Order: sequence, then structure tokens, then C-alpha cells
Amino acid sequence: MISRFVLIYTRFERFWHWMQMALIFMLMFTGFAIHGIHHWVSFSTAVTLHTICALLLILLWIFAIFWHFTTGTWKHYIPTRNGIIKVARFYFYGIFKGERHPYRKAYWRKHNPLQALAYLSLKLMLFPVIWVSGLLYLLYFVWRDHPQAADWLYGIAMIHTGAAYALLVFVVVHVYMLTTGHSFVEHLRPMFNGFDEIELSAEEEAYLLRDQPSHIRSV
Amino acid sequence: MRSARPLYAAFIFFVALAANLPHLLSPAHATSSRNWPTPPVSLDKQRVQISDSATGTTADHRKFEALKQPFTSGPEVTKACLSCHTETGHQFMRNIHWTWDYVNPKTGQQLGKRYLINNFCTNSRGNEGMCAQCHAGYGWKDENFDFTNQNNIDCLVCHDSTGTYYKTPNSNGSAACSVMFEGLAPIDWKKVAQHVELPKRANCGTCHFQGGGGDNVKHGDLSTALTNPPRELDVHMSPEGENFACTACHITREHVWAGSRYDIDPRDTEGVGKPGQRRDVASCESCHGLEPHPSNSIAAIKLNDHVSSVACQTCHIPTFARGGVATMIDWDWRTAGKTRNGEGYHEHGYIQGNGEHRYVYKSIKGNFTYDENLVPLYAWFDGQMQYTTIDTRFDLNKQPIAINSFTGSRYDGRSRIWPFKRMHTWQPADIGYGTLVYNHLWGEDSDSYWGNYDMSKSIAHGMKAFNLPYSGQFGFIETYSYWPITHMVAPKEQALKCSACHQKDSRLAGVSGIYLPGRDGNHWLDVFAIVALVSAATGITGHSLLRKFGHQGEPHA
Repeated sequence: MISRFVLIYTRFERFWHWMQMALIFMLMFTGFAIHGIHHWVSFSTAVTLHTICALLLILLWIFAIFWHFTTGTWKHYIPTRNGIIKVARFYFYGIFKGERHPYRKAYWRKHNPLQALAYLSLKLMLFPVIWVSGLLYLLYFVWRDHPQAADWLYGIAMIHTGAAYALLVFVVVHVYMLTTGHSFVEHLRPMFNGFDEIELSAEEEAYLLRDQPSHIRSV
Repeated sequence: MRSARPLYAAFIFFVALAANLPHLLSPAHATSSRNWPTPPVSLDKQRVQISDSATGTTADHRKFEALKQPFTSGPEVTKACLSCHTETGHQFMRNIHWTWDYVNPKTGQQLGKRYLINNFCTNSRGNEGMCAQCHAGYGWKDENFDFTNQNNIDCLVCHDSTGTYYKTPNSNGSAACSVMFEGLAPIDWKKVAQHVELPKRANCGTCHFQGGGGDNVKHGDLSTALTNPPRELDVHMSPEGENFACTACHITREHVWAGSRYDIDPRDTEGVGKPGQRRDVASCESCHGLEPHPSNSIAAIKLNDHVSSVACQTCHIPTFARGGVATMIDWDWRTAGKTRNGEGYHEHGYIQGNGEHRYVYKSIKGNFTYDENLVPLYAWFDGQMQYTTIDTRFDLNKQPIAINSFTGSRYDGRSRIWPFKRMHTWQPADIGYGTLVYNHLWGEDSDSYWGNYDMSKSIAHGMKAFNLPYSGQFGFIETYSYWPITHMVAPKEQALKCSACHQKDSRLAGVSGIYLPGRDGNHWLDVFAIVALVSAATGITGHSLLRKFGHQGEPHA
């Protein structure tokens, strides 16, 4: 096996990631303003920005879903038991011993099994909950005249708020995880320039050198 | 068609969003600031107050032979009016300005000024000699008034444009009272009759601004400040605004007016009619439609969602009793009847915004509390008032007694959150039977309270006059009355901001049945979130500390 820097986060994926980060940050900031946790922006401004960011995020997600399926990237998120115990053992034990992270990124598998599972749950569970509750909230004008509308709105708002809190916890842990294994900067760099250290087979290297020379750099 | 509406609405929503992207980036107040303040109407429009579709005139009343007479009384003028306006008499006799009588078709309750008891001067019944000054007729002083004689209609009180017409009590009352009405300049009946016009704010205001015995005493949102209001006080009635006469909204068909407190539509779902269609309602929606805010920003689109739950008045009348005229908020009849040297007196004690003094005590009425620029009370309101009438027996232990109670909730599909003035009063009642009383206040006899100051006699007289059961025991009870606030609509830039309601301890703090973002949430969810965050932070701290101090092997890269 050969270690090389390979372009594993393409331009769209990086754009998607950072746009999503910015929008989620704005949504959290304005959402918590709406919830009354802070008053740094007026309610009217908070609602306006929250709605715009939500619509942009939905648009982004539509593109991202399309991208996942047309490029086959979705396969990176297929859950696997292979190596997951080792990774979990590393985070709960080995890391304190100064052990090396057991996972080696592959060209066809850029997340470690625990990471892939976390992202998959985020995409398949938490995001849809926020999407659906947020859209129902946004479409209040369609069902507002129903006598029970206020009760439903309460339920929807609580689901939406709960999901937002869960996402906040995710963000906190997500950022902390950047400090594990490699250094913070080494974790962050691939999300900017797209290149991460990957163990390649000789065939993979040969393929990349011949057909995708701009996607490979030496370590 | 109806089932397609939500989809259509959703479509419009997204089209509007797409079409207005540049606007959407700015909140409502910033977006619309280009149009603010609302430009004044043209000078041409200002000459005449805007009434309903009858605005303008096709006749000069000075040229009518019927009015070129040496009139000496009101009924003579009325007879002349009716000689041309042949159907008006019969039409007018159907409206409550004449009948003072209204049976609520839903509750069957006998209402109307003729019968009701309020918590101001209490009852007109038996006191018509004084109170019926505000009856649109001539000479009602007792039960013998002829409601079928159309010559008794008072056309002039509503149609006088000279400002020289006035009314005095229909009976003398006690000697102490009648002196107040002596020495007034005689009315030039011919001049007044020849100068009739559509009613102006001042005409309606003669009675409606003075309800409860003085300027703005009763309603809180109807005062002489509306005779010529600045734009900030009432954007519709101001000459700097639309210069609406009352009848621009309280439109009239055959001398019957739209918009009565006895039958309120708390939520107009019809909106603007077709062109030329008669609007027999005085609702905001009848002009502004069901989507009253422009769809040019997200905040404005969101505001339109509020029409399901919030009456327009709630946000657009930020406070009432504005414009320098105070309203009465508390009346204490318990202190009435004090005299000095055997004579009644009054005390000043409140100077209102426009500099005028208001009495805080009168021997004939007791103590008053005034206030102005008041934040209303907010509550769900289904438009239905339930009155405590002279027939109602109530539990004296459940004071304050609501003179008019109301119900409403989000669930009935009809109610909205409305602003109210709440009046608090200590007023006389039959504490033996637990009923309100007809108090005989006005009269030439020795039982009338105003002049003789003996409530045991005046109440006994008032009840006996109408064959009503009276235990003989009077006392004072605490009452509330509720007055929906609907006038004094401020310019839109002065409407309430979102945060007036969307925050903790807001104006709507006491209103349930809604989910109000910024005010509401689930306490346990918030606690759970804090626990989760603290746990995550603790876990991270512990994890990183263990990493820093725990590892014994070689440091990794």
C-alpha cells in the first residue's frame, strides 16, 4: 500500500459542506432568537433570515441528494460492521494510550465506519425530522384555519426545537472529533483543498496517475 | 374549488418568494419604509369627510320650499324632511338609535340601552328624561313616549352641519340639575334645517364620544380627539389620512348601520365583496381583504398567517385613550352622596394629555379614576357577549360580576384574540336577591338620587316603577365590563412590533390556546437540551483530559 494525497472531497462536496455549515449556523442563531433564548436580532429579522436560510438549505440538499446518487458517493455511507469495534475501542480507550487511529482511509471509503454511521444517521434521521417539521411549520398558512392548528403547531415546533438541540450536540461533538486522531488542522485541511492522505493499492495509484493526474499528489 | 385552495396558496407562496427575492432579504419594516409614512390623501379629498357610497350630494337643501319655513321645534323640521324623504321615517324606526331595543337572536337576551344596566351611570330605564338626550328622537322622558310617531325622529342631531344644534334633557330633573341647561342660545331651526349634510364625525360623536357621562368615559377608543384627529391617532379618520366619517365603515342601508357591539363578527371570512357589492359589515377585512399585508417580504407573508388568530385591532391599536383624552377605568359609587352645606359638589384631580381637567369626584356619582394611553386587555373573543341584565340573579360571592362576559377559544374556528378595555366599578345592587338595580337618578320628585342623595329611596323607586322584585336591601358590588377596542387605528409604522407578543412576559402573556414562538416552549425540552449539552461538554472535557494526561505510549502525529 502506498500513502498519497488524493482528491476525495470534490469541489461540490466542499461547497456543500461549508454552505451547510454556514446555513446551519445561521439557522441555529436565528432559531434560538425565535425561541427567545437571545435577543441579538429582532424577531422579525430572525424569522426572515431563518426562512431564507431554510429555503436555501433545502435547495442545497436537493442538489446534494442528486449529487450523491449521480456520482455514487452515497456508497461511502453504507453502514459496515467491519472495523467499527476497533474504531470505537480507539475512541474509548486507545486514544488515551496514544495509539494510532486504526482506520486507514481508502479511495472508495473516505469515512471510518463509526463516522459513516454518524453521518448516515444525521442524514437519514435528524435532517429529515428538521426538514419535515420545518416545512410543516413554514406551510402553516395552508392549515392555519383548522381549529386544532395551534396544538399541531406546538407539536411541530417542539419536534423542530428538539431536533435543533440534537443538531447542536452533534455540532459540538463533530468539532471535538476534529481534534482526535490527527491534528485539528490536518482534519480540517481536506475540507478546504479536497486532498486527504489515502492508502492506495498499486492499481489505484496507477489509475489515478494515468487518468486523474490532478487528483493525486505525493505525501 | 375550496379543496384546491391550500395548494394554490402554497404555489402563490413560492412564486411570491421567487419573485421577491431582493425584498426578502430585508425584514418587513425595512422593506416597506419606502412607502412610509403613508402619503396623505389629496387636498381635494380632504374637503368632505368620506362617507359610504352616498358621499357627495345631489341637492341643495336651501332651495327646498319645504325648508323655507319659520320652524319653532324639532318635530316640525322632521315633518318637513319626511315630506320629501318619504320612506325614511319607517326605515329609521327599525334601527337601534330609535328603538334602543335589541334582542340577541343567538342568546335570546333582551338587550338595548332601554333595558341594559352598565357600570357607568348604570341604567337609562326610568331616567330617560336625562339619558334620552342621546335618543335620536324628541321628547322621550318616560314610558309614554310614542315610538310610532315618525315626527318624533330627530334628523338634525345626525345631519346638522352648522354645529349650532344641541339637545337638552327631555325633562327638568331636580332643580339642582336643571340650572346647568339654562341660558343656552336658541336654535335657528330654519338655518339648521337648510344646512343638512351626511353625518360627520362630530355628529356621531355628540353621543358616541360622550358615552358614560363624559368625553371618552365609556369606550376608551371613542373621544372628541377623533373629531379632528392627527394621523397618529387614527389613520382612517384623520384629515391627514383618509378623512373617514364614521359612516365610511359603519355603512348604511336604509338608515340601518353596520357594526354594533351587540352583534360582533370577530373574524370576517368574506373579505372584500365584488365591485359594487354592498358591504353590510364594518370589519377591517371588508376593505383590506383576507390577506391584508402585502406579500413583498417574508415577515409580511408571515403577518398574514396571523389573521386566523389575531384581530387586526390587536396589533394596529397599540394603546387606547390616545390623543390627549383620558378614559375612565374605575368608578366607585360607594362614595357618592357626600354634600357640603347640604349641596352636591365635585372635585378636580386629573389633568389629561390635552390639558383639560377631569373630575375625580362628583356627589351625584362617586369617585372616578382616569387613565390614558392604555395597553388593552387581550382575550379570545367569539363575538358573543353575555349580559348581566336586570333579570339575572348572580352569586354575590363571585365578585367582580361581569356586566358583559364573553367566551372564545382557538378551537371554535370563529374567535380571534381581541383587545378590550376593562372597566371596574363598585355599583349599587340588590344584595338581598343578588341582582342589579334600576336606580332612579333623574326626576323632579323627592326620590331621585340626583338632587336628594338617598339611594335607598332612589333604588326602591326605580325598581317599583317597573314592577321588579326588590329585597329592600341595597349594597355595592364590584363589577367588570368589557369594551372591544376597534377605533384609534394607528398608522402602520406604529403597529406593534413582533416582539410585543413574541417574547416572555409579553402583552399576550395571559392568552392561552396558541403556540407563540418566543413566549412558549416546553420547559422540559429546554432542560433536556441543557442536560444534553452539558453532558456533551463534560464528556468532551473528560475525554480530552484523559487524552492529555492519560496516555503512556508514544504521542501520535
